[in-house]
Amino acid sequence: MTSTGPGGGKARQGNPVMSALRTADNRRLAGLSAMRSRWRAIPRPVRILFGVAVAVFFYLLPNLAIPLIPTPDTNFASVLFTVAVYVLVGVGLNVVIGLAGLLDLGYIGFFAVGAYSVAIFGSPASPLATKYPWLMLIPIAIALSMVSGVILGGPTLRLRGDYLAIVTLGFGEIVRLIAVNWSITKGQIGIPSVPAPPGHWGNGDPIFGIIDTRPFYWLALTVVLICMFGVKLLESSRVGRSWLAIREDEDAAELMGVPAFKFKLWAFAIGAGLGGLSGALFASRQGFINSNSFDVLTSMLFVAAVVLGGSGNLAGVTLGAVLISYLPERFRGFADKRFLVFGLALIVIMIFRPQGLIPSRRRAVELEDRKREAAEEATANV
Amino acid sequence: MNFHFLFSNIGDLTVTGLSQGAIYALIALGYTLVYGLLKLINFAHSEVFMMGTFGALIAWNLTGLHENDPTPSLPMMVVYLLVGLVGAMVWSGVTALTVEFVAYRPLRRRNAPRLVFLITAIGASVAISEAVGVITSRNQYGMPDLFKTTNLATIGNVHITNVDLGVVVAAVVMMVVLDQFINRTRLGRGIRAVAQDPDTAALMGINKNRVIVLTFALGGVMAGAAALLYNLKIGVTRADIGFLLGIKAFTAAVLGGIGNLRGALLGGLALGLVENYGSALFGTSWRDVVAFVVLVVILMFRPTGLLGESLGKARA
Amino acid sequence: MSEVDTTGEPVQGAAGGGAAARQTRPLLEVDDVVMRFGGVTALDHVSFAVNEGEILGLIGPNGAGKTTCFNVMTGVFRPTTGQVRLNGRPLVSRSRHQITRLGIARTFQNIRLFPEMTALENVLVGTDARHRTSVPGALLRLPRHRREERAGRAKAHELLDFMGIGSTANQLARNLPYGDQRRLEIARALATEPALLCLDEPAAGFNPAEKEELLELIRRIRDRGQTVLLIEHDMRLVMGVTDRIVVLEFGRKIADAVPAEVRSDPKVVAAYLGVPDDAA
Repeated sequence: MTSTGPGGGKARQGNPVMSALRTADNRRLAGLSAMRSRWRAIPRPVRILFGVAVAVFFYLLPNLAIPLIPTPDTNFASVLFTVAVYVLVGVGLNVVIGLAGLLDLGYIGFFAVGAYSVAIFGSPASPLATKYPWLMLIPIAIALSMVSGVILGGPTLRLRGDYLAIVTLGFGEIVRLIAVNWSITKGQIGIPSVPAPPGHWGNGDPIFGIIDTRPFYWLALTVVLICMFGVKLLESSRVGRSWLAIREDEDAAELMGVPAFKFKLWAFAIGAGLGGLSGALFASRQGFINSNSFDVLTSMLFVAAVVLGGSGNLAGVTLGAVLISYLPERFRGFADKRFLVFGLALIVIMIFRPQGLIPSRRRAVELEDRKREAAEEATANV
Repeated sequence: MNFHFLFSNIGDLTVTGLSQGAIYALIALGYTLVYGLLKLINFAHSEVFMMGTFGALIAWNLTGLHENDPTPSLPMMVVYLLVGLVGAMVWSGVTALTVEFVAYRPLRRRNAPRLVFLITAIGASVAISEAVGVITSRNQYGMPDLFKTTNLATIGNVHITNVDLGVVVAAVVMMVVLDQFINRTRLGRGIRAVAQDPDTAALMGINKNRVIVLTFALGGVMAGAAALLYNLKIGVTRADIGFLLGIKAFTAAVLGGIGNLRGALLGGLALGLVENYGSALFGTSWRDVVAFVVLVVILMFRPTGLLGESLGKARA
Repeated sequence: MSEVDTTGEPVQGAAGGGAAARQTRPLLEVDDVVMRFGGVTALDHVSFAVNEGEILGLIGPNGAGKTTCFNVMTGVFRPTTGQVRLNGRPLVSRSRHQITRLGIARTFQNIRLFPEMTALENVLVGTDARHRTSVPGALLRLPRHRREERAGRAKAHELLDFMGIGSTANQLARNLPYGDQRRLEIARALATEPALLCLDEPAAGFNPAEKEELLELIRRIRDRGQTVLLIEHDMRLVMGVTDRIVVLEFGRKIADAVPAEVRSDPKVVAAYLGVPDDAA
């Protein structure tokens, strides 16, 4: 029934004695929460106005000639599109890892399901092509990813945490291998002519074309903002509270009436849906996909995106996703070494700053040092 | 599904399955030892193995044996086998210990939660594999031929080559030695004691950190042996071979019952067989899918594996 | 999704009725429960009932099986044999959150709050046991979500005030002083609107003054309409507040009587003489 380990370091009890050992982190967190309360003290209209200004800034980003930021070797707008897709991946994976506390190493699998859904049902080159318009294909992609999330999560979410990680890893590889071997997905040959969103400019050029990639970026940015808003709504509701409670102490949460399995499955399905959506956007922009885009290393990169910035809060996840997708594009010499660098960064961050660069006030304890008041439950319970 | 192919070649498939499984089993030991002791999936163990394949190659190159050299004489072959074994074991062992000292020990000192260990392990795995990838420009490296692959015996239509036989025998011998070491020696008793009950073991004066170092070293050495056998059997290596073999070895460990040494052998051989039969049935391109499906199914329905989890025996 | 809705039904015992209106109808029945772990028998054919409106003490020396008993009642363990019934309904093999929704809430011997959530949020998780908003309702901000959030917040504040920790609402649970953490656990349990509140050594680590305060609080909880089952190690503490006491020793029930009788029961005295009383 329970997914917690038998005895291993999973003691989750808060212990007042421990607070003394947390001083350094507390100070940092205190500073952050002071900033947060100052932010909350600003009148609501001003805050909304500020938010709008930030959003407008991001919409205008490809048009602004800001020195140093643009990428010399690649079209800046298309880099921004990639960044936005990674942020969307981060937002989705954050629901699974950051909020519900489930380590999903096969997130690339859902990304692939979304991408291939659009390609298989939308590309005229596919034997399973349909006449559905692009706007129909996206919900189909999301639905199929969510279904695959539920199929995977149903039997596995009762496993202990580290086993879940391995099963999801296996799932990610199975999806990739199917993409490699299945006659419909055609492995490395791939599927061309993946449909793009509809629409034409006045002169007959498609809005979502190859020359000007800014509309793609604007579309992705819009999707990101909507999804972030949705996740925020969930966070501030019974759903989000349940996720946090599960993450902090699943047994206690269940005993307080939280239907843990149901909400873990929701987290998995929502994460999968967002992963599928990002995959679908990716495929639409590329116009062509093959099995090379969905390897395990990329899946690890996704995890790094969530963990490096600070899982559990959208600002941290956004920062992580931006770092991981933007740096290799900005510094091309770095691209070949990016897995190496981000792998090392994962170790360094976990050792020195497990809450990530921007810690969530909630995340800290989950990842923080604790004396093992271990065994206690086991022994005390008998 | 090609049942005809499966049944008409069942003998040869079994032989290859067993020799592949033997390699999985040796790598699986590393997962099983560390998991039994620390309840940690040492994700970086796959790279410990990968480093071993390069370790053997480097040792051969340093002693003057190169890829396309003619096969050496019998006494020299034995010398080179030992040189390769030592090279692989040293490289693997050093890698395993480096991961333990650099990545895990600081976390353990702080009593970090399991998730943090796992993420660190993933980081270490990616970093090692990619570091080697960058250094080797992601090239494939061929191995020198220590001996010619020859057919030792043909029973019916089953062919047994010297390589297959050697790999299986070597793996089984290594496993028996390790099993005896764990069960019979003082150091082995220390490992079992810490696996059963770290706190009591500490009270009894067992130095937990020393036991952990020993365990990582043992896992590394076994992975080194596996790496040598892999080199002899496959003949090439690359920076990214670790992932696939690692996850299969982990599957083998879970299949046999993680934390259980004999389970690792059983799980490895069983996985090798299932994989070979499966690829005969569905086509070789689905070979890896078979392994992953086995992993997922086992974890879902019998997560304690075939023999159950026990390094300390008392652990049910 | 496996969720049995029980919110439509009135929660018996939760609606008023003070000490005066005490009844003798059994609210919870523990019926011949056996719990074995490997070769160890933690509970050996234990039977007792908790009557509606009473404060029942469950006492016994260390390792007598008190917490195991809680764990069987709340669905943490499934008994080897035997049954537990709440209002006549069998609980064995129901999931934990269903049992909570049927009306049992508990605290833990070693505090298990959600450390990174505020005190208010901890209690809100408790109130959510009676709520039904799920993902669609939260995303669309349906009226039910708003109604439940409003009601939940009001109730959570009320409970924090009731427990005397109203000023800590926005502090993280892990930053609260020890005593307040214990009180917060009780508030969180009360938020699930239990018919039966199970307290597992709630006075552990309290000084005499705090213990006295806690006893008063337990009486007030009963007066709100909750039946209370109190695990306690410290005999004297239980004597002062309980209506009836069940004594366990080595997994067997050795006494079930009013406090005065239990105190003079030779079996109980013998059980306690062998073990130093170190509850404080």
